[in-house]
Amino acid sequence: MSLQTALSIENLSFSYGGKKALDQLGFSINSGECTLLLGPNGAGKSTLFSLITRLYDSHEGQIELCGFNVKRQTRQALAKLGVVFQQTTLDMDLSVMQNLRYHTSLHGLGRKVALQRIQQELERLNMYERRFEKIRQLNGGHRRRVEIARALLHKPALLLLDEPTVGLDVPSRLAIVEYVHQLVAEEKLAVLWASHLIDEIYPEDHLIVLHKGQIKAKGTVDEVLLNTGTTSIKDAFYSLTQGEQA
Amino acid sequence: MSFLHYWRAMWGIVGRELWRFVTQRERFISALVRPLVWLFVFAAGFRAALGLAITPPYETYILYEVYITPGLIGMIQLFNGMQSSLSMVYDREMGSMRILMVCPLPRWFLLLSKLLAGTGVSILQVYVFLAIAWFYDIHAPWQGYLWIMPTLLLSGLMLGALGLLLSSFIKQLENFAGVMNFVIFPMFFMSTALYPLWKMKESSVFLSKLAEYNPFSQAVEMIRFALYGQFDQQAFIYTLVAFLLFMAAAIVGYNPSKGMMVKKGGA
Repeated sequence: MSLQTALSIENLSFSYGGKKALDQLGFSINSGECTLLLGPNGAGKSTLFSLITRLYDSHEGQIELCGFNVKRQTRQALAKLGVVFQQTTLDMDLSVMQNLRYHTSLHGLGRKVALQRIQQELERLNMYERRFEKIRQLNGGHRRRVEIARALLHKPALLLLDEPTVGLDVPSRLAIVEYVHQLVAEEKLAVLWASHLIDEIYPEDHLIVLHKGQIKAKGTVDEVLLNTGTTSIKDAFYSLTQGEQA
Repeated sequence: MSFLHYWRAMWGIVGRELWRFVTQRERFISALVRPLVWLFVFAAGFRAALGLAITPPYETYILYEVYITPGLIGMIQLFNGMQSSLSMVYDREMGSMRILMVCPLPRWFLLLSKLLAGTGVSILQVYVFLAIAWFYDIHAPWQGYLWIMPTLLLSGLMLGALGLLLSSFIKQLENFAGVMNFVIFPMFFMSTALYPLWKMKESSVFLSKLAEYNPFSQAVEMIRFALYGQFDQQAFIYTLVAFLLFMAAAIVGYNPSKGMMVKKGGA
């Protein structure tokens, strides 16, 4: 499969009042690439995600999803996007199935296709048996699995993950990390993953280090290590952010 | 984007809201208790104190309970509209609003669907209330029960749009108490829901003017006339215009470029 640009960002800036949150960002992500977005608190990761999902709007720079401009061709662009937000966005009083059916209706999928996809995604995550349970009854790891399944139901080209493993135990966290990398390898999905956890990075991943609204480094893991003259991602991150924690 | 997509999305949003309402038994009961207390207790106490002249749409002397029934219908919709906006603020704080806002449909359509969902719930409440009122000897002509359906839709949309507009300004759930004090109570008490304009004019011309231009009064009058098989054109147009204005302002409020979302720090 030839590489397609799933996300392209050029000269993107954003300010809250007079305070600059993002400054002239530019990068792209191709299909079949997993890009980890690293940055300390306040680096601008959440703002960037809000701009990509068009919860915010920027007057400077542009964002394209699969060639569709987020500002001018919003609906076409958003149709290509799957998102897992940092905070759980499931309805606790509804069942797994009801939550997923709600999502498929928002994306205009018919009943038959919706049920097929729900079964497919839940089976891949070993959650199909629990489809009639209320979200409230599930633990944090299982809720995250449901959210990932939901984000994939409409077959997006780009998956945005905003620190999806925060608060999970180690086995749940590793299972999600492995599953997402499997999707990238097998389905050629493009992934932008904001994370604090360096052990979630695979050697073949791409990295973007964001600090105070600016990109300090971008490229493959090897390229970032080479450019910073370090031997580990942890050291590279520390040198780029002057010792701040991811 | 096909028509089918819009249709499915709207039913998804409306169906979710109705399902939540039906399964939340406490919410269903509390929504009914409020107007019923007003009907059984407040109206019974006021019956003797407040004499009512014959005014349209009534063709004879009526009991006070009969007079305030349309006002209490309005009250159900007013509280429901505010409840919907409260749930929007809650959804925003909890993050589930984001899922709605990032789906590939125009934002005005998503907000309108949310409004329709809330209005559907309020209409359900109104009919249950009217059924109970029937056993309390508050009867309207049978066609009135059909006629109020479209007026309930419009008044529900108008009050829901007001709630939506307010929710775009409210930063946190805690601030919602202010809405109760500054919006719901003045709107309800400064209206024709509990007393007719001419009665209010006897005490204060200024207050009666405020009540006259209160969109909630107009919605109540529209419902009152519809319940007796009549069409109050002025009230209908006033309510419609109020709905359009509130809706337009709410859409601006939820617009990522112009609205309050950026200032609040998230949808």
